[in-house]
Amino acid sequence: MSPGPVSQALERHSPRRRGLPAGGRSATALGNGLLAGYLSVLVLLPVSALLASAASGGSAAFWQSVSGPEAVAALKLTLVASAIVVVVNALFGTLIAWVLVRDEFPGKRVVNALIDLPFALPTVVAGVVLLALYGKGGPAGIDITFTRAAVGLALLFVTLPFVVRSVQPVLIELDRSMEEAAGSLGAGSWTVFRRIVLPNLTPAILSGAALSFARALGEFGSVVLISGNLPFKTEVGSVYIFNQVENDNVAAAASVSVVLLACALVVLGAMTWLSRRGSAHGG
Amino acid sequence: MAIEVHNVTKRFGSFTALDDVSVTVKDGALMALLGPSGSGKSTLLRIIAGLETPDAGNVSIAGQDLTAAPARTRGVGFVFQHYAPFKHMTVYDNVAFGLTVRRASKNEVNERVGELLSLVRLDGLAKRYPSQLSGGQLQRMALARALAPQPKVLLLDEPFGALDVQVRGELREWLRRLHEEIHVTTIFVTHDQEEAMDVAGQIVVMNGGRIEQTGTPRELYEQPVNEFVMSFIGPVNRLGDALLRPHDIQILPGGDFASGAVEALVRRVVHLGFEVRVELTLPDGRDIWAQVTRETTAELELEEGQILSARLPTPRLFA
Repeated sequence: MSPGPVSQALERHSPRRRGLPAGGRSATALGNGLLAGYLSVLVLLPVSALLASAASGGSAAFWQSVSGPEAVAALKLTLVASAIVVVVNALFGTLIAWVLVRDEFPGKRVVNALIDLPFALPTVVAGVVLLALYGKGGPAGIDITFTRAAVGLALLFVTLPFVVRSVQPVLIELDRSMEEAAGSLGAGSWTVFRRIVLPNLTPAILSGAALSFARALGEFGSVVLISGNLPFKTEVGSVYIFNQVENDNVAAAASVSVVLLACALVVLGAMTWLSRRGSAHGG
Repeated sequence: MAIEVHNVTKRFGSFTALDDVSVTVKDGALMALLGPSGSGKSTLLRIIAGLETPDAGNVSIAGQDLTAAPARTRGVGFVFQHYAPFKHMTVYDNVAFGLTVRRASKNEVNERVGELLSLVRLDGLAKRYPSQLSGGQLQRMALARALAPQPKVLLLDEPFGALDVQVRGELREWLRRLHEEIHVTTIFVTHDQEEAMDVAGQIVVMNGGRIEQTGTPRELYEQPVNEFVMSFIGPVNRLGDALLRPHDIQILPGGDFASGAVEALVRRVVHLGFEVRVELTLPDGRDIWAQVTRETTAELELEEGQILSARLPTPRLFA
């Protein structure tokens, strides 16, 4: 969905641009059929079922489910926390990618491998890890359990790799002589960063940020342990949905899910559009 | 403005890229740094531009010692080997960059960019992006961008290296004319001796991080100081320690042994258009080749297996 390095590479190597040999047509048709079938079973059908379930009680019921005070509080917390996480990720993710690409220091490879840890770790385990460090009686002497800060921390932890991993390859590929040229034309290092480096990184930062936003919206495992899930305080959307299902209120769960899904789609769409616009002439 | 480089040394790890190099470029000169890859020519150019710091020695431009000055304050226009276009900016913004970082007024920028784009014959392409330009156009854009802030000196790193042969020839001619027009002290780096001789008034021949010889194209060709310069600057035949230029070998009809000519067997006759390359075997079994005109070839009816006479020039010996 987002124009990350992988999808850009796919686009470059798509058969449409290369021109297929004559015999490739039926293979393409088969491929397309498989893709459509696979995506239907995995994505389209479940999403349709979700929409049907949300709409089952009519628009009034839908509206009632999503505008209930607890639902609103949960959605608001989720959106605000995700937005904050995205901003922090865009900043620190870019910074980490920069240090990993441009600086040499002992243990760089270990640090680089460590970035993927939040991806590799089951999210509940991430929750346990955070609880062990920042919970009651933890070695840090800081207890943030059952606070909104805990929600933010958990989301930051699980979304750390997105921006780093989307910016890193772009930064590696970035032509250093562009920066040297800007320097020899009289630009100081800040100007070089702002006018040369940043515009070239923006599409990657945006796509990483969009992915981390989408991930933060739906995060459950890492948040559920450390946040305490206090309604109106630390209960996020996904946990609210879980509780509704537990209480046999499936339609309400589906309705709130639809709202989260819509938010994720809007953000992914917007970021895709922005980064397309930004990289229209980047090739 | 004149450029002076004094006793510059630069090492990368254990590799010595430049070993105690000194060069003086006169104000308004057009000079080539010529050498094979790894000879240190690009490193020297980058040190003059401030893109690399020398381990020893100093660099001054217009009499001012700039060894410690950062690149952005040196007033040097640099054209990179692959042009380093700002991909996300239009041609106009690329050329304007050096002016906008100096906070020039909008009118000033507009006027100067227009002037430069017509100088490099890119008017009408101001709104294009680098990805929409050809190699030759990119090169001219890079040149306009480097010239925009009115640099004291212009440095070009392998300016024609990435272009195809035909465009290369045109741009060579054009660069020489441009230099006549704007008279900015210019140094360009190349590994192509023909290109250096065609464009530059002065050539510095480099090898292994040292300067072998400095001179005009003619001086280098006619009075090379050592074997490296002689063989790098033009084709040579090697007879033991002696070097001869193929076009100095005179071919005479068989049996003509005037002024010390020797017998030679024609092994092969290669027609290279304007000139003909004749491969010969001497009586002692050594192989040499001579460069002759088409007229000579026709006159002597040169063909494989023929035996004729060859008069060798006084060979050059470099101890």
